[in-house]
Amino acid sequence: MEEILIAGFGGQGVMSMGQLIAYAGMNEGKYVSWLPSYGPEQRGGTANCAVVVSEEQVGSPLVSRPSTAIVLNNPSYEKFEPLVKQGGLLVVNASLISKATERSDIKVLNIKATEHANVLGNPKVANMVLLGAFLEETGILSDESILEALKKVLSPEKHSLLGINRRALELGRSLAGNVKI
Amino acid sequence: MAKVLMKGNEVIAEAAVHAGCKYFFGYPITPQSELVAYMARRLPEVGGVFLQAESEVAAINMVYGAAGTGVRVMTSSSSPGFSLKQEGISYLVGAELPALIVNVVRGGPGLGNIQPAQSDYFQVTKGGGHGDYYTPVLAPSTLQEIIDLTEAAFEIADTYRTPVILLGDGMLGQMMEPVEFKDLTEREPGQKEWATTGTRGDGKPRTITSLDLNADALEKRNEHLQKKFAMIRQNEVRYETYETEDADYIVTAYGTAARIAMNAIQKARKAGLKIGMIRPITLWPFPEQPFIETRDRVKGYLSVEMSAGQMVEDVRLAVDGRAPVSFFGRTGGVVPAQEEIYEQIVNISGGVEV
Repeated sequence: MEEILIAGFGGQGVMSMGQLIAYAGMNEGKYVSWLPSYGPEQRGGTANCAVVVSEEQVGSPLVSRPSTAIVLNNPSYEKFEPLVKQGGLLVVNASLISKATERSDIKVLNIKATEHANVLGNPKVANMVLLGAFLEETGILSDESILEALKKVLSPEKHSLLGINRRALELGRSLAGNVKI
Repeated sequence: MAKVLMKGNEVIAEAAVHAGCKYFFGYPITPQSELVAYMARRLPEVGGVFLQAESEVAAINMVYGAAGTGVRVMTSSSSPGFSLKQEGISYLVGAELPALIVNVVRGGPGLGNIQPAQSDYFQVTKGGGHGDYYTPVLAPSTLQEIIDLTEAAFEIADTYRTPVILLGDGMLGQMMEPVEFKDLTEREPGQKEWATTGTRGDGKPRTITSLDLNADALEKRNEHLQKKFAMIRQNEVRYETYETEDADYIVTAYGTAARIAMNAIQKARKAGLKIGMIRPITLWPFPEQPFIETRDRVKGYLSVEMSAGQMVEDVRLAVDGRAPVSFFGRTGGVVPAQEEIYEQIVNISGGVEV
């Protein structure tokens, strides 16, 4: 069972990243749940969502100790870095987060996602770069499932963006391969 | 139809449309506003009416008016807004009008917060408004079950001419899970011979009212209602059991608490503890039978709730002193973790052999 927490500023695509994982998991026949933080902290602060992908029926959709945390800004890093399970994974948007973890019991992927997204031509696909890195590291879902899910999450008039999203995913995968220790 | 990923609030709305509900009157409140928004978009597509009322009180009275014409109609809210609807629900019961009222419960009392809770159990199962009455209460624990129970709610409402409550919480409303709508045929509710749709100069006018100034006549009306409640008690109880046959201890929980407790029970089974589960699906009528069947052979029960202990009172009534009943709950919008429920199970069982 993979318990994933994704956090960042509103507008960074945190919620849709989670939905993509949930959709793709569903398409691959797994049990999934997606739960947004919907408290008053969303306004101007950080937003997060919890995604569970499991071979068994999902009990609690709440994730208090994630097996993977994907963090896109500093407040999210500070909040969730200490909560990652022992042996878990922390995916960091290193373009916006300069801190380095002192934990030696988790795996960390520092990805300069925003910079890479800018090079691709759209800073909004930074989330897909991080998602690609996450998929490369965990191997829980295929790119095909994610891209299939993307067709459902993106409205038809935005399907012209499928290409750049695919490139962002692939870039994320290769970056994860490079930073692996 | 293939599986789709939807939010609980949206699932309730779509399930209602599938059940033939074309009329919605409501007022937004977190954590159920997505239901209102979905209906605003969806109902015009099926030739229905969506109306955002000026308040919860207005909305429930619009439901009263629409229900009087025999159509399938609903409203939805969350705890503070649901409290405001109590007068109207009492009127619906008194006038014997079918309707669906959804309460996506949040932390209380008062304005409380917007996090998930189960602290409206007393209110929904013991009447809630004034007068001698009950309303059937259905409590789903997965988004798929929401579909079945929303349809069942409308059926029960029409069969017994009563308002029915669908009870969720902020977590079920906000989370997404895959669901499948199996039956795509939209139902046309049958003719209701009591509906006030106009005589067109032909036949006696029909009256729908909860007013009766004659005490004897009102007592008769109450006796009629009590007979109806007895029938509902007899016919509409729903529950699910899990591995109760050999259980030493039985955990009981509904809705969100039940899905988390289920994981804790499975963990306990793996650790060698014989734990079962009774999950009430109707909260009123409360499923007494599974407790009666097990109370003389189990060592005890544990009621797990997102409240300070409300359903546990009905559990104690059903167990009738024949086995110890303990309680574990979190309040104020805190959702119990699987680990803490597991700890409680281990504690009442006297520990795990290592």
